[in-house]
Amino acid sequence: MNKIDELDKVITRVNDGATIMIGGFLGIGSPLKCIEKLVEKGVKELTVIAVTNAYPGGGFDLAPLFKNRQVKKFITAHTGTCPEALEVYKSGDLEVEFYPMGSWIEKIRAAGSGLGGVLTPIGVGTLVEAGKQKVTVNGKEYLLELPLKADFAFIKGYRADRLGNIEYRGVSLNSNPVLAMAADYTVAEVNEIVEIGDIEPIRVGTPGIFVKSVIQGYTFAEHQQIYEELWVRTGRLA
Amino acid sequence: MDFREMIARRAALELSDGEVVNLGFGMPTAVANYIPPGVDVILQSENGCLLFGPTPKRGQQDADTGNAGGQPISLQPGASIFDLTTSFSIIRGGHVDTTILGALEVDQQGNIANWAMPIAPGKYSPGMGGAMDLVGGARKVVATLQHNDKKGASKVLKECQLPLTGKGVVDVIITDKAACQP
Repeated sequence: MNKIDELDKVITRVNDGATIMIGGFLGIGSPLKCIEKLVEKGVKELTVIAVTNAYPGGGFDLAPLFKNRQVKKFITAHTGTCPEALEVYKSGDLEVEFYPMGSWIEKIRAAGSGLGGVLTPIGVGTLVEAGKQKVTVNGKEYLLELPLKADFAFIKGYRADRLGNIEYRGVSLNSNPVLAMAADYTVAEVNEIVEIGDIEPIRVGTPGIFVKSVIQGYTFAEHQQIYEELWVRTGRLA
Repeated sequence: MDFREMIARRAALELSDGEVVNLGFGMPTAVANYIPPGVDVILQSENGCLLFGPTPKRGQQDADTGNAGGQPISLQPGASIFDLTTSFSIIRGGHVDTTILGALEVDQQGNIANWAMPIAPGKYSPGMGGAMDLVGGARKVVATLQHNDKKGASKVLKECQLPLTGKGVVDVIITDKAACQP
């Protein structure tokens, strides 16, 4: 079995109108090469599911997808960090569907885990209630949040083997393992492709069975350089 | 002393030794600079870590070590990293002792609004992020805000006008003019 693939080949599967989950939290743990390829291919009318929008100030990771108006609908907990998206949102060409972050991740986990939904008290008494079933359990009110799945999930890991086992590094973990389970086709971008057996079983964060394709992203050295330059450029590192 | 520093210094006094603490975006992040001696807290970053430390110097940063604002951080000895579901189990499951957040409005019922400003009819920004989970799950909720808006009107209201983040959740209100309970 060999799940190592070329991004140019994998991207031919993604068509206009697709629902795509993208890993990362404000640019950390984001599959940068996959996002660049989506931008390059110009697929549009996308429904994008990501926990936050682009790195604060925009211009990085998800920002070009919004700038190019490739996204029709954005399902997220927060969109305020991306000026490009805010412009399209104000213009009426982008629909944004908000969920509290804890509900967002549980909806996706439910989809990947065969659950019918989750009961959460978060959002009761707010706009988040709208259109949702309320369930009372032992006298406490909960919202029924339904499963959220996607056609594709693009996740970012540190290392992978050809069985698709993914090892994660640092806080780049964030939403990636849960997204991996909830899409019909999961693509994992990693800094390093290693031999079977190089990743200790306990260090596998996403078992290979969830992954359809592994693609080589930026090398680890390039990865470190990209973020150093980003943080220096945006005044976060001295 | 500018109002942000005043509010952050006062808010830091709400923390007790050993607490698990989550500091929201904006003014509350400065609270980490004013924690009194003898009070050691465990800071949580909602993107998935406990016991993070100050901003690293250039050369000490790591592309996979950042906070919930996407910014470089250091990790203290004994830090832990976990995924987003675990992070929100911590937050929603009542394992955060104190959360200090910024607010657009608070009111006398302990309601807080801090996620939605109307930017077009029926459209709000920026979104709630983890704020609703935090005000719902944390044991103590400290709301920080400048007391008056640019026109001089109070942002501590009888009733919030903006869409709520949480109902009846605020325990302490700290502004540049007052520290009180709803």
